[in-house]
Amino acid sequence: MNIIDLLEEEQLRDDVPELRPGDTVRVHAKVVEGTRERVQVFEGVVIALHSGGVRRSVTVRRTAHGVGVERTFLVHSPRLAKIEVVRHGVVHRAKLYYLRGKVGKQARIRERRETPARVAAEPAAAATIESEPEVAAPARRRSLRPRRSPAK
Amino acid sequence: MTVALLARKLGMAQVFADDGRCYGVTVLEAGPCPVVQAKTEATDGYEALQIGFGPVRKQGVNRPSAGHFEAAGVEPTRQLREVRGVEPAAVGEVLTVAGFEAGSRVDVSGVSKGKGFAGQHKRHNFGRGPVTHGSHNIRQPGSVGSVDAARTFPGLKMAGHLGDHRATVLRLEVFRVDPERNLLMVKGAVPGATGGLLMVRSSRPRIRKVRGQR
Repeated sequence: MNIIDLLEEEQLRDDVPELRPGDTVRVHAKVVEGTRERVQVFEGVVIALHSGGVRRSVTVRRTAHGVGVERTFLVHSPRLAKIEVVRHGVVHRAKLYYLRGKVGKQARIRERRETPARVAAEPAAAATIESEPEVAAPARRRSLRPRRSPAK
Repeated sequence: MTVALLARKLGMAQVFADDGRCYGVTVLEAGPCPVVQAKTEATDGYEALQIGFGPVRKQGVNRPSAGHFEAAGVEPTRQLREVRGVEPAAVGEVLTVAGFEAGSRVDVSGVSKGKGFAGQHKRHNFGRGPVTHGSHNIRQPGSVGSVDAARTFPGLKMAGHLGDHRATVLRLEVFRVDPERNLLMVKGAVPGATGGLLMVRSSRPRIRKVRGQR
């Protein structure tokens, strides 16, 4: 492996969850105020993922007091305390820039439930599915009908 | 303390600093550089160190230079360069990247990437003419002198060969030193292509002019 790739790989964080466009995330960013450091939480929709490796960044959009706010974070930055995925969304695009022109109901994103990714991410959810017959699983997973959410 | 080393450019990377900021750095494989010869005022008329860098196959060393390395008692190296104005060192001593310190400044010299025959815009940062309204003056050089002189003065900026010449970037900040892997990371770009030979030396301290004094 060449030394440049090695140097960049050394910096990768292993606590970064799988992020997809349309997901709602809570980004805990460390903010320095004067001499103190505190954690600021920014919750919003992932509208873009950019680049890979140590350069990977995520653009999160939220509407605060009626004003659209977007922040871009370097996913592997040591200045992030953590990233939590609150909700998965169903979207058909890699970049959700169209959300910038939408407000209210139009800016909603349908929730993605019980997809394989979610089962892998949340063992608790996986446990509830396991009790049902294995063969029925693929057909049910494809269904986009809102379902009763599994016990958390 | 002035230190100089030969180095190889490995490429650029993005690295997080301790404060969490991300910087673009150039990674250099710097040293180890054995001192092959020490030139002195008495024997050579000037003070200098001759340092080597890089492994070389036995077949790559001809007999005269093999003898030269033999006399110094060091393994033959691919490159040999002379450096002046550095801390004195004994022949056979090996200079390493440990001589540099993170946060200090270095000057990096190398041979810039060749651009071939380049026009005035690329070579001398000329502006261009209008691109529309029937203009045919898009990337033309403009006037090369007055009619009066009846000649073009020497040294006028014109199209010609660009790059592939020695270039030095002054006062780059040393970002990190890795003595185990002989790595030196400097903030910003350095001349030449990846794999190119570079000379790294510590910068001279900046002399600040005090207002009102001569």
